Amino acid sequence: MSDVPNDLKYSKTHEWVKDNGDGTLTVGITDHAQEALGDIVFVEAPEVGRKVGAGEATAVVESVKAASDIYSPLAGEIVEANAILTDTPDAINTSPYEDGWIFRFAPSDMSALDALLNAAAYEQVVEEED
Amino acid sequence: MLIHEQSRPGRRAGAQAPLTKPEIQDIPAGLRRRSRPALPEVSEMQAVRHYTRLSQRNFSIDTHFYPLGSCTMKYNPRACNSLAMLPGFLGRHPLAPDTHGQGVLACLHDLQEILKSVTGMHAVSLAPSAGAQGEFAGVAMIRAYHRSRGDHARTEILVPDAAHGTNPASAVMCGFKVREIPTGDDGDVDLAALEAAVGPQTAGIMLTNPSTVGVFDRNIQAIARTVHTAGGLLYYDGANLNAILGKVRPGDMGFDVIHMNLHKTFSTPHGGGGPGAGPVGVSPRLEPFLPVPLVARDGDAYRWLTESERPDSIGRLNAFGGNMGILLRAYVYARMLGREGMGRVAEFATLNANYLMARLKEAGFEAAYPQRRASHEFIVTLKPESRQFGVNAMDFAKRLLDYGYHAPTTYFPLLVPECLLIEPTETESKEDLDGFVEAMIAIRREARENPELVKGAPHTMPVRRLDDVRAARHLDLAWRPGASEDVNG
Repeated sequence: MSDVPNDLKYSKTHEWVKDNGDGTLTVGITDHAQEALGDIVFVEAPEVGRKVGAGEATAVVESVKAASDIYSPLAGEIVEANAILTDTPDAINTSPYEDGWIFRFAPSDMSALDALLNAAAYEQVVEEED
Repeated sequence: MLIHEQSRPGRRAGAQAPLTKPEIQDIPAGLRRRSRPALPEVSEMQAVRHYTRLSQRNFSIDTHFYPLGSCTMKYNPRACNSLAMLPGFLGRHPLAPDTHGQGVLACLHDLQEILKSVTGMHAVSLAPSAGAQGEFAGVAMIRAYHRSRGDHARTEILVPDAAHGTNPASAVMCGFKVREIPTGDDGDVDLAALEAAVGPQTAGIMLTNPSTVGVFDRNIQAIARTVHTAGGLLYYDGANLNAILGKVRPGDMGFDVIHMNLHKTFSTPHGGGGPGAGPVGVSPRLEPFLPVPLVARDGDAYRWLTESERPDSIGRLNAFGGNMGILLRAYVYARMLGREGMGRVAEFATLNANYLMARLKEAGFEAAYPQRRASHEFIVTLKPESRQFGVNAMDFAKRLLDYGYHAPTTYFPLLVPECLLIEPTETESKEDLDGFVEAMIAIRREARENPELVKGAPHTMPVRRLDDVRAARHLDLAWRPGASEDVNG
């Protein structure tokens, strides 16, 4: 069973979301997602300042198997992209919840965060997919 | 070994060496190179052996079963080659006047008519020189159509997730936003999701039918109605045309534009990046926008139609008249098949795919859509094998090489995990199909008894499994002097 930390929120499309407590959220892909994708070779990160809608394709993660869109779980504005992924995209494989975060953004409505899945609900999504 | 590594200074292929120094006085001194180019210096025998050896390392349709899903790797009849290489075709200068090329123009005009007839479209342009260019032309015509009506609000192209992988890229290239439409559990487009997605922003939908999950969408008429009612157009990706050739016509399904991959369905050689040919066919409302040139017939005379006769055309996609040699091969192929032969292509392509699927299912492999009849291709998911033995679809694919089979398409379409997309085509014999099934069974036995053997495959190829990650990040594409010493030293 893949790792699903309790203190994060999740989307059905396998992104995790972390509340940084300063009005910004950090987004990455889950352990289950990185395992399914296989070795990541390239990450196309969003530009800082870009406005994204909820569910909008915001970044692209390319693995030896496939290129996959990463969706912004909420509407907001991009604040930062993880620079280390340019040279070490495989950080997503080795550390999906820490070093392998993909982008940070300021949501226009922080309360929408509550509508995302908690760890238990996400685990169920993964199980149903299997 | 690279041919550069066999190079010895001063070695020559005598028969090929020019006897006199080339005349370069008419090239301005500043543009002449001062050093010799780093070309390999080898004997003629060495060059012949080197390239013959390389060609023997190829997996090709002439040497191996090549069930690469969605690519239609079928036999390329030698007769098409011989006839397309008649000296009159080969020697024709592309700038020769129409009056000096009536024969080739007649063939191309005939090919336009044949493609119209077999797809049910109103008009055809042969100009695009690849499938991707055909897609670009098709979407560009959709854009031109909406603009010509002053309808600038249509900014979205709908693409089902079971469409061909290139479709979203073509839509984006033409400036559209892509909205993905999900596929239902039965493999058909999710109609409710489609209904919810269409609107005044819908420029069109790009569909592959049969889709990349290998089933024919039974709701195609409802899809056409929904998109047309919303004011959008229907684009048919011809990637899987082999399944319905001579049986069902995209024009009759309600499509407004189609591109055909002659290098797939019409059996011209492909692989290695080309050359291809991607003619486009259109319904009457898109006809003014067809890319040029077209071939027109006035009585017994044929002539090119270019920008001056076709002012609303989206324009030219290449110099001259497309990939002429490929178009001629496709023309010969179509004439050899005739109307009935085209239907036979679809019959045997689907028969072979369904036979192969039935045998693999019988052997215990899991079909992704077991309740559906396959079209000309089908999906096997190796999720059970991956879970039980830790051996995934890529491992199976690599091990198939050791057994003498080109791997099927892996990990595409993305909506089926651990998948192989298998397309045998109509030109394989029952014995060859049976051999492939035996290989799959043998590999699964190995996966159970000796998984490391499969995970380490291939074992018999000139190169072992490549490090995909490193290859993608550290490209090594160009030879430079001294590089071989680095490697050998």
